[in-house]
This record gives sequence, C-alpha cells and structure tokens, in this order.
Amino acid sequence: MTPAPGRGLLSEADWRKPLTGTGWRAAHVLLFAILLLAGLGPLLWTLKAAVSSTADLLADPLALWPASPRWGNLADAWTSLEIRHYLLNTVVLVAGSWLVQAVVATTAGYALSVVRPWYGRYVYGAFLITLFVPGTVTLVALYLTVLDLPGLNVSIANTPLAVWLPAGAHAFNILLAKQFFDAIPRELFEAARVDGAGSWTVFRRIVLPMSTPILAVISLFAVMNAWKDFLWPLIAITDPQAQPIAVALPRLAQAAEPALLVAGLLIATVPPLLIFLIFQRYVVRGIAFTGLKG
Amino acid sequence: MTPVVATAPSPAGAAPEAAPGRRAGARPGRSDRGRRALAGLVFLLPALACFGYFAWWPIGRSVVLALQQTNLVDPARWVGLRNFEVLFADPLLPTAVLNTLWYTVLSLLIGLPAPLVLAVLISELRRFGAPARVLVYLPVIVPPVVSVLLWKIFYDPDSGLINAVLGLVGLGPYPWLQSPAWAMPSLVVEATWAGAGGAVLIYLAALVAVPRELYEAAETDGASIARRVWHVMLPQLRGVILVLLLLQIIGCLQVFTEPYVMTDGGPENATVTVLLMIYRYAFLFGDYGTATALSVLLAVALAVVSALYLRLTRGWSSR
Repeated sequence: MTPAPGRGLLSEADWRKPLTGTGWRAAHVLLFAILLLAGLGPLLWTLKAAVSSTADLLADPLALWPASPRWGNLADAWTSLEIRHYLLNTVVLVAGSWLVQAVVATTAGYALSVVRPWYGRYVYGAFLITLFVPGTVTLVALYLTVLDLPGLNVSIANTPLAVWLPAGAHAFNILLAKQFFDAIPRELFEAARVDGAGSWTVFRRIVLPMSTPILAVISLFAVMNAWKDFLWPLIAITDPQAQPIAVALPRLAQAAEPALLVAGLLIATVPPLLIFLIFQRYVVRGIAFTGLKG
Repeated sequence: MTPVVATAPSPAGAAPEAAPGRRAGARPGRSDRGRRALAGLVFLLPALACFGYFAWWPIGRSVVLALQQTNLVDPARWVGLRNFEVLFADPLLPTAVLNTLWYTVLSLLIGLPAPLVLAVLISELRRFGAPARVLVYLPVIVPPVVSVLLWKIFYDPDSGLINAVLGLVGLGPYPWLQSPAWAMPSLVVEATWAGAGGAVLIYLAALVAVPRELYEAAETDGASIARRVWHVMLPQLRGVILVLLLLQIIGCLQVFTEPYVMTDGGPENATVTVLLMIYRYAFLFGDYGTATALSVLLAVALAVVSALYLRLTRGWSSR
C-alpha cells in the first residue's frame, strides 16, 4: 500500500492527542473487525459449509470446522449437481458478451472520435439516450424481439446469441472508449494518413495498440457484469441445459441437499473472486476512473 | 443504464462531448466528407446492429406493446388503454408499489450512511489501506444469486447462522423470511451487504480528491474534527453523495433478484415488488401487454425521479 500523503481529515497533531488518537485507533480496530466479519466471514463460512455434512450444518451452524470434513462434497456438486456443465455455460456466455462489448466499444468509439462522419453527433446522441432507459423496463419487448428478430424472422432465444448480442448495446462502454480516443493527439492520425494509411490501418496499427488501458477497464466490467447477470439469462434462456450457473442455482436450491448446494455456491464464487484478486488494483482504479458504473 | 453518468463529478464522467469535429484542423474537402461518412458507417456497423435490435427497437416496441394484447399465439390486437385498466384493477398493484417504496426507504436508511462512514474510516487509515479496500469490496464480487441464496441459508429460522448467533445472547429464534413484517428488512440487509462496497470505493475516490489544504486551513482556524467533517468534507462530497443517492433510488425501484430468489414475493405478498409483478405478468401469465404497461409506468416513475433530482440539485450540487 502507499502511505497516506501528508495528512487527511486528521493531522499529525490530532493523532498525537491522547483522546482523539486513541479514539480513532479504536475505531480502526473496530473497522477491521467489522470488515473481516462481514467481508471475509460469509466466504469462510461458505468454505466450511461446503465441506460439511448436511447433518453437521443443520445441527451446529456456528461450528468453526465440521467434525468430519467431506471434501467429496465439492466433487459431488461438480458432477451430480452438474455444476461443471452450468459453469461451462457461464464461461461461454461471459466470453461472448465480453467479445461483443469489446468489438462494439472500440469500433464505435473509433468511428465517433477519429473517423468523425458528419452524422456522428446524432448517432452518439442516440447511443447515449439509451442510458436513460434502464434495461429492466424494456425487458418484455427485448424478449419478444429475441424471439423473432425483426426483418430476419429467426429466434435466438435459448441460444448464447440472446445474451451475447444485447450485451453490445451498452452505451457506457462507447462513451468510455470515445473519451479515451479523444485524448489521443490528432497529429498521430494525420501523420499516418499522410503516409497513406486508410481508416482500417489507423484503427489496427495505431488506435488498438494504444487502447489497452481502456480495453482493460471495459473488459473487466464486461466480464464481472456478465458473470453476475441473472434476470436477462433467466428470461432469455429457459432451456435448463443451456442455463448459466446463476440461473441454475436457484432452481437447484429447491431440491439439492444443503451441503451440496453450498458447495455449488462456493464453486460459482471462485472464478470472479480469482479475477478480482488478480486484477484488484485495476478494479479499484476502474471504479474511481469510471466513477459510478453499476 | 443510468442517466447520471453525464453528471457524475468523476474524472471521466464529464459531460459528454456533443460536438465532434470541433478540433478538426483544415476544412475537409467534399470527397473527404464522403469517405468519412462511408468509413464511419462501416466502423459503426456493429454498434448500430446491437443498438438497433436490442436497444432502440425494444424501446419503441414497448410503447406499442403497452397498447396491444399479445400472447404470442393469437395475432396482436390494439386495445387502447385496456392493459392499464387491467393493471389498475389488480389488487396486487398497490401492494407492489408500496412494497417497492418501503424497500427503497429501508435501503436508504441503512445503505446511505453506512458506506460513507466506512469510507471516511478507511481513508484515514495510515496502514493496511489496501487490504481494507479489498475486504470491503469482497461481497460485491460474490455473484448476486449466490449472496441471496447464501443469506437465505443464514436466515433459516431453525438452522440459520443469524438465529444461532442471536441465540448465544438469548434472543430469538426469529422467523426472518417467514414473517411478513421482517421479510422486507431482511432482504434490505442482504442487499446492503452485497452492494455497499461499491459505494465505499466511490466515496474513497472522492475523499482522495478533497484538497488537503482545506483541512489544514480549517484546523488552523481551530475547527474540531467534527466541524471539519461537517463544513469541509461533506460540502466537498455533496455531488457524489447526491449521485449515489439517485443511483440507489433508481436501483431500488428495480429490485428483482432478492424478492424473486429469497421469498418469491411472500410471505403474504409482503415482498412482491413492481419488477416481480412485471415478470409474473409476462413470463408466468403470458400477458405481455399488461406487463409492458407496468414497465412503461415504471419507466415514467424512474424518469420523474431523475428529472426531479436534476432540478432540485442543479443549483447546489455544481459547487
């Protein structure tokens, strides 16, 4: 961690005052107690419960560790609850949503920021206006659209496309990409054009290599949001065999043995947790950077 | 997804630039204009396809659907405002609206002050700031469905963690999710646990941006810590607090996963929310018209909240 630069709300003098300093130190100890209990506690409990027997779970939920750990629960959930299958579905949905969002954001951001056709401002406005319409209020119409794509007369419901393609209609990504590209010096593009580079070459050779930071932010949020998504996949993918784990779990919860269910919950949490722990610095920075997403 | 992005006082959230070409140097020739128009179209194609099919079309279609009767079997019929009449005749509607408002009020009572207090405490940490940030964000990482199912286990009246802990001090057992009075507060506690970390990180980013000199000057003038919080910190954070308040209201009005997975609207309809009603109309009863009518009303309510908020705060949030 980086030490706090100079001072914050409290000054060095405040920290040295006996009453104030002690009070804040006590508050900080309490803070960590709460953070550990509320932040880590439920995850550790899940870990413990996932390797307990159902009998142990029901008899003594406060036990720190089961009398006889059952590591087999995880394997059982993996195979008999078919967590493996649903997890794979989730990975497919998340990967496709990410790819669609990355392609849409970079190409549209490039078109609006660098190519700048005369109608660009109107199209940009039309993208941004969708920010004012939360997805939940167009849910029913979106479902009917997916059932019968206008002009094509095909249904993509129950296919990954029903999740992948609507993910692209995310105006915030385009806003981020456009603002990022706007900050690239125009001389770069002019010079490339003088050298005879076309729009595609400028995009591929100049803009894409420079957009790693913004792509990282967009990708991280795209993956995390797609992993969390529940309502839309619940509606769009009704075929149990094609459902992602988030949709499958509440259905499994109705019949599964509690200990196995918790094992399933644990497995569903591990991938986003790993992504977060690996990229946590970018997540924290990304939230500060994008301000108020999600 | 949120209408606030453009007003967010974050580094990247400045008002969207509406005028491309502002920085164009030489006046482009006519052929250049045509070339740009064509190249722009090619690059915009993926976005136009996605937005056309999955954003603009559903928005337009919602307005049409609200005035039609559709069940996917018979051809759609225009029914005027009949869907709205059906809706207002449904005795569940007032319950759902009140439940949603109750959920929102409870969420604000808990969910507004807690992240701010946590953020202030974390920002004053002189060591272990990074682990604190990770810990506070951990619940946000857990997929919502997993947290809801996990808390459903915690709330279990017989074998749940919460009653077990309360039992240690001789309280309970309480029927959390089985009690019409306690079910909604129980959902709010879970949702706050799951969501507070995001708000904390946003507040932390805003707290870092408060100029240290202001605290310095206030302290020199003899301001106590409480007065520095009240007269320096909070005014500096006002914009962020207001944006988060609006975001939270908008999010609460659309609450779905918690009541759907945890209680399915029960007990005795105590947790039926507006979105749950939309879902039931459309995907349980197949009445897409009435479901869309309610969606349109929800959209109007959300727009009113945003407009009201922007109007109220235009003067005093700009600082």
